[in-house]
Amino acid sequence: MTSAPDLPLTHLVLAAGLLALPLGASAWLRLGLARPLLVAAVRMAAQLFAIGLVLDALLRVQVPLWIAALLAVMLAFAGREVRARQERPLAGAWGYGVATLSMAAGLTVALGVALATAVRPDPWFDAGVLIPLGGMILGNAMTGVALAVSALVRGVESEGRAVEAQLALGEPIDVALRPLVRRALAQGLMPTINAMAATGLVFLPGMMTGQILAGVAPLVAVKMQLLVMLLISGGTGLGALLAVRLTAHRLSDERHRLRIDRLVPRRR
Amino acid sequence: MPEPFERSEDAGGSGLRVVALRRPGLVAEGFDVAAGECLPVMGPSGAGKTLLLRAIADLDPNRGEVAVGDVARAAVSGPAWRRRVAYVAAESAWWAQTVDDHFAVPQRLVELVPALGLPADSGEWPVARLSSGERQRLALARALVRDPQVLLLDEPTAALDADSVARIEAVIGQCLRRGACALWVTHDAAQAQRLNRHRRLAVNAGQARLERFR
Repeated sequence: MTSAPDLPLTHLVLAAGLLALPLGASAWLRLGLARPLLVAAVRMAAQLFAIGLVLDALLRVQVPLWIAALLAVMLAFAGREVRARQERPLAGAWGYGVATLSMAAGLTVALGVALATAVRPDPWFDAGVLIPLGGMILGNAMTGVALAVSALVRGVESEGRAVEAQLALGEPIDVALRPLVRRALAQGLMPTINAMAATGLVFLPGMMTGQILAGVAPLVAVKMQLLVMLLISGGTGLGALLAVRLTAHRLSDERHRLRIDRLVPRRR
Repeated sequence: MPEPFERSEDAGGSGLRVVALRRPGLVAEGFDVAAGECLPVMGPSGAGKTLLLRAIADLDPNRGEVAVGDVARAAVSGPAWRRRVAYVAAESAWWAQTVDDHFAVPQRLVELVPALGLPADSGEWPVARLSSGERQRLALARALVRDPQVLLLDEPTAALDADSVARIEAVIGQCLRRGACALWVTHDAAQAQRLNRHRRLAVNAGQARLERFR
């Protein structure tokens, strides 16, 4: 790996000063956002430094098992986050399991492609490749899966009677649910599609920007970014597809009934 | 005045048999509905009438033996069962833009609409334009065009004027003469009498019981 010049801590403090503006606005307009904003900023800093230290250690020792363990921990947090974002998740272990399993599949395939093709790190399980790449794929898959599953559940809640009207006439449940499944997938993939469409025109992705700032040649950074975007899109697509299929499966049963009762009961 | 619900003995077709049906909120010990017969279902609101129909249609988890003729529910898939046993909800729901989009063969609807008192071109209407009475009749038509052997009708005439009620009773009467049978939820005692002069199903506090009249 090429070593990039280090950033003085004072510069970070200066950048943090930019937060004074929204903080001031919050106080002025009594938005009540000062506390959450500060907490989020401190959390971000702490989490980034923590993962930096862990990565630093992992890069030194490169133990495959520890790398896998760290990926698993990240996956577990992502699964928890998806469940937390649902207004009405699936009840029991399913609410957590569906999201985690789907993201695990997306992550595995995307990382597999990365290792087998262009990235080819040495050693193949290089923590410096797997962890940052896995994090980016998971972060995006998390958003896609959460959006897709929420859209499906919202659809089933608001159009459940129309679905049941079709079931009552003898339609199979997958036929009755098809429009809702389609819409849920579109919802889940929309951020990915938008990101791909706007990349380079409206915004420069953070990873590429970071690489260029750190001195990598722009065209090299572009190719790396392209690869990462494709891995992210593929991982998110697979994750969302699987999560929607599994959720639809759980919301129906072998008698082709609609099982809204398998969602966590609505809070009163 | 014709008697659409007077059962003819040569109706053919297969009746419905329900034995020890149980689900949360409802128990039905057992009853038969013969081919060509319509069994009124009566009882106060919230007593479990809809739960009963939904359980027979297998739309909610339930236990018990249900059969149409010699076809047991457990022996066929959910969709195959519900093609035999059609449930028409009290409140209709729609999943496409126009009325015709809800019919696999819109021609069948064209044949049926005059009898239901609807204009011949009502199939082309957007669903959003339908009145509640039109929705109710078209939702019934949606089930009838599939020729089910059992009709589970949840207050099919609740929102209708007297003329439309008579038309629907006549249309269902025709289905019965072709060998279908029906459970018909109603709050109208006079209608229940018209549907069946001999017996009805009374649902009270989650208990369904057959009542016979002399």
